[in-house]
Amino acid sequence: MDVTIIAETTVDGLHPVTSQLVGAAIAIGGTPTVLCPGGLGTTAAASISGVSKVIGVEGDCFNTFDSGAWATALNPLVSDGVIIAASAPSGREVAAQIAAMRGIPIIQDATGLEAGITVTRGIYSGKAIEISTVTAPCAITLRANAFDAAGGGGSAVVSTVNQSADVAVAVREAIAKASERLDVAEADIIISGGRGMGDPANFSHLNDIADMIGAAVGASRAAVDTWGEIPHGMQVGQTGKTVTPSLYIAVGISGAIQHLAGMRTSKYIVAINKDPDAPIFGVADYGIVATWEAALPALKEELGKL
Amino acid sequence: MGIAVLLKQVPDTTAKISVSGDRVDETAVSKWSMSPYDEYALEAALQLKEAGGGDIVAITCGPIRATKMLTDAAAVGVDNLILIQDEGVTDSTHVQSLLAAAVKRSGSDVVLCGKQAADTNGGSTGPGVSHLIGAACVGMISEVYAEGDGFIALRASPTGNERVEVSRPCLFTFDKGATELRRPNVRGIMMAKKKQIETVTSDDLGVAIGTSSVSLQSHSPPPVKPPGQKFEGADSVPVVVAKLRDEANVI
Repeated sequence: MDVTIIAETTVDGLHPVTSQLVGAAIAIGGTPTVLCPGGLGTTAAASISGVSKVIGVEGDCFNTFDSGAWATALNPLVSDGVIIAASAPSGREVAAQIAAMRGIPIIQDATGLEAGITVTRGIYSGKAIEISTVTAPCAITLRANAFDAAGGGGSAVVSTVNQSADVAVAVREAIAKASERLDVAEADIIISGGRGMGDPANFSHLNDIADMIGAAVGASRAAVDTWGEIPHGMQVGQTGKTVTPSLYIAVGISGAIQHLAGMRTSKYIVAINKDPDAPIFGVADYGIVATWEAALPALKEELGKL
Repeated sequence: MGIAVLLKQVPDTTAKISVSGDRVDETAVSKWSMSPYDEYALEAALQLKEAGGGDIVAITCGPIRATKMLTDAAAVGVDNLILIQDEGVTDSTHVQSLLAAAVKRSGSDVVLCGKQAADTNGGSTGPGVSHLIGAACVGMISEVYAEGDGFIALRASPTGNERVEVSRPCLFTFDKGATELRRPNVRGIMMAKKKQIETVTSDDLGVAIGTSSVSLQSHSPPPVKPPGQKFEGADSVPVVVAKLRDEANVI
């Protein structure tokens, strides 16, 4: 079965999630061809074990993100089997456009994939699990960190194709991020604060700990809605980001159902809350009943010893 | 200028979702609401209309219960309401074809919708419809305003945010917007009660809903985690850190 993988790229080249897309494709018996939009990351893609071939798709249209233009340029290189992309903002949009162009169904944000093809995904932001079957041709996007990555050591053939399309979206002004902090959607460890932090200035304690362990700092909806200083980009939950890090540390977050929906599939959850009955303890692997004022300095000290 | 907003009625985000047999039990949903991201799209549509005129048509593809959501949309200022009956709709191609046909029929040249619905969490509808109606797609925006014949929108970028410009016809999908959806006033609510909802079928729209290669097998509740370990007081922090290192191997 031919599988066309739309590589997820970054300004630096290939996004590591691409290895997970390859791993999932091979696990369902696919022969993966990796398309690299803008020709980025072709060498890295070729070294992923199991990749059949890599096509760098080069064109002016890849200088700006316009999902319609990207899809138009990539579509001629897509084979008739299964299209796999990352469930990231660009991957989802481009895959949806390609699926519409080809008149084939798309299933977004899968967390499980089996030969057949059986697709598992969360619905209602994880409040329920949906299992469906689909046959090729179809498109499926995969959630980051939900699939085992293929290893390295591959040596696929790389070719380059010049293929562009008309761009309808022009960037007028780029506005740099206020901070260079890791995004919660990207992070393997997240430490999040809620309204229990009392004041947005207290998030500095979370930042300190995040810096020590390479974590991203997140927030609950209550914190984002209450304090203008906490941007929506940090929000974890049903109207924020759904995350699956290895470790999620919730501090001063009571655990509203919308928040739990966004983080309950984290591998390990630590909750720090002064209220022993807070719902967050229901999903926590390790709960600490304490105020953040008492717990965070102790946490800082312990992590410092590692 | 015609403005179309694509809306979906979903279980309120505060609602519990229960599974009965192997399907989500919709009858147990305590409250149905407009999908949160669609609310941002609707508010933006109302602001575009206030600034530049043009009628707003709200289009949904769903069951009869969704008429309430359309009436709510009328109460805040939507001019025309269309309910596309969702019989036989099973996959993304069906929904997109129906919505695209209704948008085309309305003559709208700017379309707004949420980045994804709060029930299916898909996010395919906006980009797919944009292709089918031949419109440019700008996804995940938080604000938009008209400038000249086109629009300027603010969206997230890998390095922060960016303002992008786009011409008509175009479609915007909304991330969390800058302004919450306004509340209706009494006059709006009264007027909305009299507002006609046009109900159409796939036949009316000239769309043939074929069979689908997607087949739903089951719904299930999320796996229940075994109860975790709970510790009293900040003195337990070293114990937890040791467990994270030795038991969980995550730090």
